[in-house]
Amino acid sequence: MVQKPGIGRLVFVVLNYTFLIGLALLCLLPLIHVLAVSFSSSAAAMGGLVVLWPVDFTASAYKFALQKPEFLTALLVTIKRVLLGTALSMFLTILTAYPLAKEKTKFRWRTVYAWVFVLTMLFHGGLIPWYMTIKSLGMLNSIWALVLPGAVPVFNVILLLNFYRGLPKELEESAFMDGAGHWTTLWRIYVPLSLPALATIGLFTIVGHWNSWFDGLILMNSPENYPLQSYLRTIIVGQDLTMLTTTDLSLLNELSERTVKTSQIFLGALPILLVYPLLQRFFIKGIVMGSVKG
Amino acid sequence: MPIKKWRHELPLHLMLLPALVILIVFSYWPMIGIVIAFQKFIPAKGFFGSNWVGFQNFLYVYNLPDTFQIVYNTIFIAVMKIAAGLLVPITIALLLNEMMKERIKRTVQTLIYLPHFLSWVILGGILIDVLSLKGIINQFVSLLGIEPIYFLGSNHWFPYVLVATDTWKDFGFGTIVYLAALTGINQSLYEAAVIDGANRWKQTLHITLPGIMPVVILMTTLSLGNVLNAGFDQVFNLYSPQVYESGDIIDTFVYRIGLIDAQYSVATAVGLFKSVVSLLLISGSYLLAYRFAGYRIF
Repeated sequence: MVQKPGIGRLVFVVLNYTFLIGLALLCLLPLIHVLAVSFSSSAAAMGGLVVLWPVDFTASAYKFALQKPEFLTALLVTIKRVLLGTALSMFLTILTAYPLAKEKTKFRWRTVYAWVFVLTMLFHGGLIPWYMTIKSLGMLNSIWALVLPGAVPVFNVILLLNFYRGLPKELEESAFMDGAGHWTTLWRIYVPLSLPALATIGLFTIVGHWNSWFDGLILMNSPENYPLQSYLRTIIVGQDLTMLTTTDLSLLNELSERTVKTSQIFLGALPILLVYPLLQRFFIKGIVMGSVKG
Repeated sequence: MPIKKWRHELPLHLMLLPALVILIVFSYWPMIGIVIAFQKFIPAKGFFGSNWVGFQNFLYVYNLPDTFQIVYNTIFIAVMKIAAGLLVPITIALLLNEMMKERIKRTVQTLIYLPHFLSWVILGGILIDVLSLKGIINQFVSLLGIEPIYFLGSNHWFPYVLVATDTWKDFGFGTIVYLAALTGINQSLYEAAVIDGANRWKQTLHITLPGIMPVVILMTTLSLGNVLNAGFDQVFNLYSPQVYESGDIIDTFVYRIGLIDAQYSVATAVGLFKSVVSLLLISGSYLLAYRFAGYRIF
């Protein structure tokens, strides 16, 4: 029984589509504007002539950014951090979630451990003692300071342990009958079966490492150890061009502070823009699975 | 058979060991480091070598002229963010649910999640450019004949800019939760309502809203734990000395007095105050979420 929509319904539908499409554009347009500025000539950018399409197209700001040694070293630090940090976090998450997913009857200490882990989500020592701890370990200026302190993402552990619990118990029992131990059961049965959950967590970890900037800013004493986002933060705040512009004067004539900034902002966002549609496919399951269990 | 049980459980203990070590070093040791809030801390002497001063650091902060303003800013900004962060995603999820064209719906969804994945450094860069006096928004505003607005430099506008841009960043992500709740509603309820002559609005009021109510209650109670978190990353990347008056929050204050001015003990005292109140709020909100929505962490 299909009812004919009334005029009120029709007006609503039109308004609804307009509003939501407008909202979607609102999330996209600022990025496109910045992209357009970064590809515009310095005069057009400074004159405020650019809206959503480059004026006097030029890629010289990108050439400048990609030749800049500071930018490249920062990028390298970030890549190192993402690879090392993600591998370590994923390994620890997989390893930790398994015992915590056990029933209390199978693993008597489980509840005690679970609280030890959860407590770290509820209470922190605060910024200064945290900083002092890392400093006293002599880790300032080392890549380990960016990777180790956050290597156990308790929230992800909880997501994964909830997923492990959803797996049929019979699988584990039959593995034990066949003589497998915990280690084998974990890597041969649990891990392959939880690939969707692991992909979600993994992508989030990658994005998290790519995006973090504050630890780099305070734990690295010299800018050449900054990861990309910490480096970008120093550019956004200012000082940049006066400090770093001795290299290519002819190139610099075509550049403005604004195009240089926007090109680097865009480069810093680019990898995320490439992976986030992928994330969307996973996270609807992943997030809902973890955060809204009835 | 206790021995056999121990042998069965030993590998489980070993699996937890590496993570445990990391947590002890980087989470529990800094908790012990809180003692410096009660000391006149000298870094060279370590967490326990410095002189004890009791509550002197707390009294010092209590008597600072800015303290009240900073706590007020934090709560004001956080409460507005929490409210907007609940209302906007619910509304958008309901509106998206009325969209029948699957492809447009999915595209809209994908685009509204976009800002969530970018760091506040990137978004800060974009927003500083877009919201500046010569930025694209002010160009548009001046077309309408209004004086340019210094969004990031005016104490009147700054807190609202924080709330608006934070909502802009995260509403798409929040929408997911409510969309998931919407798909969980029994479709036969709608069919029954149509037979009873309920129009779209009536259906929303009597089926959809009650249907997602448990999730709304859950998200509301959980968000209560965040009243002292006004968003360090965002404020830090958008503020400047001009807007300290309206935009300085507890976390940025701790950063400045602690790491910039090197008043370690004072900053730790402020941090401890925040941690304790946050612990109470978060525990309270988990308890409420458990009571009213049956929520459990695991």
